[in-house]
Amino acid sequence: MARKYFGTPVKRNEDPRFITGQGRYVDDIQIANTKHAAFLRSPHAHAKIKSIDTSAAEDMPGVHLVLTQDDFDDDFKDKRMVVEAPPGMLKQPINQYPLAKDEVHVVGQTVALIVADTRHQAEDAANMIMVDYEPLDAIINFKKALDKDAPLAHSTMEDNEVATIGSAFGDVDKIFDSADHVLKVETETHRGGCHATECRAVLVDYNNPHDGLTMYTATQSPFMVRRAIANFIGEDESLIRVVAPDVGGGFGPKGNTYPEEIVLAIAARQIGGAVKWVEDRREHFTATSVQGDQKWTIEIAATKDGKILGLRGDILVDMGAHLCNGFVLPATTLFLPLSGPYTIECLDFKLTGVYTNKTPTSPVRGAGRPNANFAFERAVDAVARELGLDGAEIRRRNLIKKDQFPYETGAKMPHGQPVIYDSGNLEGALDIALKLSEYDDFKARQEKARAEGRYLGIGIASCIEDTGFGPYEGATVKVQPSGKVLLSIGASSQGQGHETVFAQIVADELGVDMDDITFRAADTATTPLGVATVASRITVTAGPATQAAAREVRAKAIALAAQQLDIPEDELEIEDGIIKPKDPKRSNEGVTLSQIASTLEPLMGGGVPPGFTPSLEATSYDKSTSMPYASSANIAEVEVDIETGEVKVVRYSVAHDCGNMINPMLVDGQIIGGVVHGIGNALFERMYYDDAGQPLSTNYGEYLLPMACEMPHIDIEHQQTPSPNNPLGVKGAGEGGTIPAASAVISAVENALEPFGVIINEHPVSPPRICELLDAAQT
Amino acid sequence: MSDTKDISLSVNGKQYSANVETRVHLADFLREELKLTGTHIGCEHGVCGTCTILVDGKATRACLMLAVQANGKEITTIEGLGDAKSLHPVQEAFRDNHALQCGYCTPGMIMSLAAYLEDNPNPEESDIREAISGNICRCTGYQGIVAAGLQAAKEMQGKR
Amino acid sequence: MKPGPFTYHDPASVDDLVGLLGSLEDVKLLAGGQSLMPMLNMRYVIPDHVIDLNTISSLDGINDNGSALEFGAMTRQADVLENADVGNKAPLLHEALTHVGHFQTRNRGTIGGSLCNLDPSAELPVAALLYEAELSVQGPDGTRQVAMKDWPLAYMTPSLAPEEVLTSITMPYWTEPHGSSFMEFARRHGDFAIVAVGCLLAVEGGNITRAAIALGGAQQTPYRLEEAEQALVGQPANENTFKAAAEIAKSQDAMSDTYVQENYRKRLAGVLTQRALKQAAVRAGA
Repeated sequence: MARKYFGTPVKRNEDPRFITGQGRYVDDIQIANTKHAAFLRSPHAHAKIKSIDTSAAEDMPGVHLVLTQDDFDDDFKDKRMVVEAPPGMLKQPINQYPLAKDEVHVVGQTVALIVADTRHQAEDAANMIMVDYEPLDAIINFKKALDKDAPLAHSTMEDNEVATIGSAFGDVDKIFDSADHVLKVETETHRGGCHATECRAVLVDYNNPHDGLTMYTATQSPFMVRRAIANFIGEDESLIRVVAPDVGGGFGPKGNTYPEEIVLAIAARQIGGAVKWVEDRREHFTATSVQGDQKWTIEIAATKDGKILGLRGDILVDMGAHLCNGFVLPATTLFLPLSGPYTIECLDFKLTGVYTNKTPTSPVRGAGRPNANFAFERAVDAVARELGLDGAEIRRRNLIKKDQFPYETGAKMPHGQPVIYDSGNLEGALDIALKLSEYDDFKARQEKARAEGRYLGIGIASCIEDTGFGPYEGATVKVQPSGKVLLSIGASSQGQGHETVFAQIVADELGVDMDDITFRAADTATTPLGVATVASRITVTAGPATQAAAREVRAKAIALAAQQLDIPEDELEIEDGIIKPKDPKRSNEGVTLSQIASTLEPLMGGGVPPGFTPSLEATSYDKSTSMPYASSANIAEVEVDIETGEVKVVRYSVAHDCGNMINPMLVDGQIIGGVVHGIGNALFERMYYDDAGQPLSTNYGEYLLPMACEMPHIDIEHQQTPSPNNPLGVKGAGEGGTIPAASAVISAVENALEPFGVIINEHPVSPPRICELLDAAQT
Repeated sequence: MSDTKDISLSVNGKQYSANVETRVHLADFLREELKLTGTHIGCEHGVCGTCTILVDGKATRACLMLAVQANGKEITTIEGLGDAKSLHPVQEAFRDNHALQCGYCTPGMIMSLAAYLEDNPNPEESDIREAISGNICRCTGYQGIVAAGLQAAKEMQGKR
Repeated sequence: MKPGPFTYHDPASVDDLVGLLGSLEDVKLLAGGQSLMPMLNMRYVIPDHVIDLNTISSLDGINDNGSALEFGAMTRQADVLENADVGNKAPLLHEALTHVGHFQTRNRGTIGGSLCNLDPSAELPVAALLYEAELSVQGPDGTRQVAMKDWPLAYMTPSLAPEEVLTSITMPYWTEPHGSSFMEFARRHGDFAIVAVGCLLAVEGGNITRAAIALGGAQQTPYRLEEAEQALVGQPANENTFKAAAEIAKSQDAMSDTYVQENYRKRLAGVLTQRALKQAAVRAGA
């Protein structure tokens, strides 16, 4: 059967509403008499709460409710939010109370809820709440968190260690002891927050105990939010409906369950009706999780011929004040990204997560893999520098070869599963990127520029990344009596184009047009189960499920049509919604999908044909059999102004491989958006704190997001090594642009400043920092 | 003690009268009072451009105007720029060029570009980038938006 | 992030405005709103009264009086930028405005608002200082003129009493042939300048006959680099001369803040002064 849509850059089905302002984000949803909420938040990084007096706030105009943790029912007054991690895995797992109890641990922590007629009134009332704080010492610098005399992030803990995990394989000591070269590299990386253009938002509606609670929330994981609320308030999941409507970007942090969601659920059940809270941007800086800093101390062992033998070292990760997302970020930093795209014989890393009194850490696009890629690529570049090898050459000597796939790295997941890369052609990708970036001419360009007093640099980063982890994502395909096809998936979208790519699959399988497909998603009451839209996993999980469900529907329709037309099943095909004989001489015979669907859905006075169940629909949870690995080669070209330290990224080339692509235009969009995020991490985005833990960069004038004038045009060429692990051959593409981008850019900056001997093992680097490095190198 | 004022204004060609609290900004007024939720709020401090609308034909950040200041003005929001039956060239170009992903910055981007191209019919890539330099997008990396701007410019030139 | 409650006033004339200023306490004047509205939204300021200047039409307008450009304080930055007389007679002002925010903010932002806000990183005060603007202020006792060099009293504090309002700005332009250049270093296009340098340079027969250099972003208020200006006159318009002026710029004190330390601002002052002088000289036909 011909695939008309799969692999083509069809225009998106979701666009018509977005380009005309008809999107339905949480704050757009209209429920009569909605009340508005605001939160009182901690102004201190660490303080005891001695008392809270809400009486003046309760008397303010328009106020319906003021809640603190003490006002909760006995059932959850002393209940913290759950740490989502296997029991026993973490030394000191702590998550927060939904509203602070006894102690606050971060600026921005939720202390009280105010519900009023308008947001303005709620904020007016919040200002009238009197909290008596006793400030405590705060631990802000994560590198000092394990010092003997470090302030405790939580006064009830014995120290600031969350947990230490490790990953190792091979005979590390022997290999390092006998290696020709062992180099030490230390990296420090800061990645900031997600800064989705839509802040978080929650709208809860509660009318009676029988119907339960409906929550619209800007989330990447409605099913996880439902479970968390159900467990917290002790209610059955069937009485809690969580819907992710249109969501304006996620990038990771919208994948957690937040205290605001729990508090609003409690509040709505208390006062009834609809209550809405929209996070404002200042709140977003502290109340939405970020990805905390990481420090890597690495040793890399290599032969004199530039063969990398192994890496070992320690990783320190700033987890912030609370474990809002278990220990996921450290896990995604450690277990999967190493050993990278290279054949290495050994690896030994220990990762320690520490608490600080700063915004909690969770994955942000790339989820620790960018930090790992950066550390690894800087170490590889260090070896290249030591041996006088060019960046492309050292990678050529170490990249996993095409015929070595599937490649067992030697690393193991925590539960013992070996890490196996399914398919790829890393050298092929490198060749494509080298050609795209005109790498061979670069030295000449660089020398010509230097003669003019201009400093150009080029940097390469190779990358391989896990995508599509389980356990499942559900898809339901149903042909309506009208002939329209309803596609329903559990996964929420924050811009990835689910409404289009999965419709492409259905359209191909059922022989219908894209316009005939209606789409529903991410509603715990009406769609099949989903888990979360994170970690570049949905194409790989929901894609096969969609195909399997569509195929089941197709088979059922053809079986009934075969009966009705008295033609063998294998002589029938579906085109334009009509099931008809393949034989052109009989093409005027046929029955429409609409007719078949109606036959299977008689109401009063009809009957379903024997041997068939009602309804032309199917649900599937099929997914990839194991994680597919996407890969890429990335080359950045920069110009550095050595008088001001300004870096311009003048060119960026990506050879990207995510296997088969359902919609290449959407894959390009993911790559470009991801690269720009990575450039932001390399050069612009940094949240500054003062010594007391006050976040200083809490507006967009000071926290610098990448904007259009400073971003390069990004050239992309695709390579496709399909995954053997799923019938579609697809791999995830959501994070591949970001993961190696900072590595490539920093490598290029270092290359530009090579005449001065500047080495850069950190990001972001600002122009003042570059001048500082230049000055230091010249003394 | 909330201070209110009567205002009268035209929005997308329709006349409205309302009594508004004076501290409410124009973006909130459009969204909450007039239920025109196409104009989005991203930062409320004038950097992200998500709330961009036209005030008397000029691109303006709606979060930085009080609703009462719109008295007597002609406002155009994304809903008034074009609809399914008749899309503005910028709207069409956005869909053609995958210039949007989550769609949240999109109305502000489209309004900014529509206003810019009205006065600047022959832009190069660097001009388009400058035109959107006051609009944040976290999804697209701007490349599709630039392509859309260039396509729309050609389309609008052809129609002049 | 919604404003606290306030009483809103929309006077129709400057006299009405001055009357209000005389009778009310805890007032903020709302001009273009591009600086005040964020502060209101974030409750960084919670005034009892907000007086809207946008309803006073007499405060808007641009006029060339033959030797100077006169701007009503409420003239939109976009209008100043597009104005042909500004482009021809005061090209440095035009060039400075291309760095001021974005076209959306310039549609509302005003020349007077920027001069009263006096953000150290703002571009318009630098231009006003270079052209030795005269600021016209009206209060209950009548009008007075303030020279731009006397206008900044301290960090973000203009010479403006609570009952006074800036009504117009007069900028005498250079009538002799000259070149000008406005350069700034900002992290992204449209951001506030970390350091900005503007200069006007007249060159005859290869030698500098008149020079004005002003810096913004480096100190709490913009300033003229008088020592360098005096040193430049009579010197040949070449790289060495510009370098010497740059050294003077680099040696001035500069601010430190969370993001940028003094030594980096001083470095930028030097680099931008040298580059701006070079460009101005080229444009002067040197």
